[in-house]
Amino acid sequence: MNEELVYFQNVSKIYNSHAVALDNINLKIIKGEFVAIVGKSGAGKSTLLKLLIGEEKPTKGRIFFEKQDIAKLKYSELPKIRRKIGMIFQDFKLLPDKSAFENVSFALEVAGFAPQEIKKTVPQMLELVGLKDKIFNFPHELSGGEKQRVAIARAMINKPDLLIADEPTGNLDPLNTTEITKLLLKINELGTTVMLATHNKNIVDMLNTRVVSLDNGRIIRDEEEGQFII
Amino acid sequence: MFIFLVRIIKYGFQSFIRNGLLSSATIAVMTLTLLLCAGLIIFGSAGKTVLSNLQSKIDISVYFKNNVSENQILAIKKNLEKLDEVDSIDYISQDDALAIFKERHNDDKIILQSLEELGYNPLNASLNIKAKNPKSYEGIANYLEKEVSPEFIDKINYSQNHLIIERLTKIIDTVRNAGLILALVLSLIAFLVTFNTIRLAIYSNRESIGIMRLVGANSSLIRGPYIVQGFIISLASTILSMIVLVPIVYGVARYVNNFMPEFNIVHFYWSNFFYLFSIQFLVGLVLGIISSIIAIRKYLRV
Repeated sequence: MNEELVYFQNVSKIYNSHAVALDNINLKIIKGEFVAIVGKSGAGKSTLLKLLIGEEKPTKGRIFFEKQDIAKLKYSELPKIRRKIGMIFQDFKLLPDKSAFENVSFALEVAGFAPQEIKKTVPQMLELVGLKDKIFNFPHELSGGEKQRVAIARAMINKPDLLIADEPTGNLDPLNTTEITKLLLKINELGTTVMLATHNKNIVDMLNTRVVSLDNGRIIRDEEEGQFII
Repeated sequence: MFIFLVRIIKYGFQSFIRNGLLSSATIAVMTLTLLLCAGLIIFGSAGKTVLSNLQSKIDISVYFKNNVSENQILAIKKNLEKLDEVDSIDYISQDDALAIFKERHNDDKIILQSLEELGYNPLNASLNIKAKNPKSYEGIANYLEKEVSPEFIDKINYSQNHLIIERLTKIIDTVRNAGLILALVLSLIAFLVTFNTIRLAIYSNRESIGIMRLVGANSSLIRGPYIVQGFIISLASTILSMIVLVPIVYGVARYVNNFMPEFNIVHFYWSNFFYLFSIQFLVGLVLGIISSIIAIRKYLRV
């Protein structure tokens, strides 16, 4: 146990040579952890997650995922890593011209899974997130909460080692926010490491897990079973 | 590998059908481009037929004095045929010339009567020379004046016609160059319009492309469906363009015939059906695929 999954080593990200988004970040995440990254808008939460999936490159420092330096990977090598990291976003990022089933199965199809396996596992996963009846609905036919469930199903279908959630409840009502947060906790209980970026105090206080607080691109607090204090 | 190919084709068809409005708009623009392309091919061929017809009408004739024997003329013909510039030479004997003259003035009884009263054939034997290039006539005329004894030659009609020949040559050159420039400009405009339509279509999909990357799709799995769509769009546009061309070709046939009697546009369309189809399909395919690949590159860097 206590195996290191993610390691940010002296990471800085500066946009346009003067806008500092992250400043000398050092952060280790152990397998199986649930880590809440909190901070105001612009504190650097999203940048931190973008660096981890290779969407952005750090100006300085190294980022390891399963001992692999993400910043050194070429564009062509990123898809393989991304299949090991599930992602959910505030704006859901579902493919608009694909149904719920197709959105989830897309993640398996790009990884080369056989059609029979896709037909078997995708409905099971959608049932697990409570969308059994809306398998063939398109994103515009779903509510915000339902869209986020599809996104979670898509993120989890590959059985990723890490689930990244960037403000997943930002566009949801309080009821759906609680439901989605519970779902994330359940996913973590089943063994997946979760990194949740949020500025929602209620969620963080409800979680009772490790809290890393960011302000102006720096880690100002890192507490086991922390609270939202900024 | 096979399973990825099947998925690429599936995504391509799916996206083509589900984005029906965008696909139709692209097909419409592509069809116009291909119609223009087919128009250029058809009128290029028409122009070529007319120009070569015009060229074949230019020749120079050498009229020999009546005391020059047929053998002497044929020897001159043989020497002339050795020249690279010469395409063909027709020998018209005195008898041939008389027959042609009689035929031409069949209705004019006075001329025929006076010819009979004359009692002998006053017409000259001649050589009609056609050059491969209309610009060579001056050289051929000079050759005749230098190499053939002036005692043999009655007249060379080049000196009388050379102004017309020069003017015709200039017109032929100008038409050919102007046609080429016009074709290039029109092709460029059509290319830019289609390229930008496809770019806009892909621009509207940029978010989806980003999402696919984040879910772990590699570049070929994202690019592939656009190539499949390019194939479908260019095939549909080619078929549409060929269908639209039918009434146009039949509609303009009468007017084209007035201008260029030697060019039958309806016959050209049907006898070159597969050629026109293949060229349009190929142009559409190259245009569609190149535009997609260029437009998509930017959004793949996620």
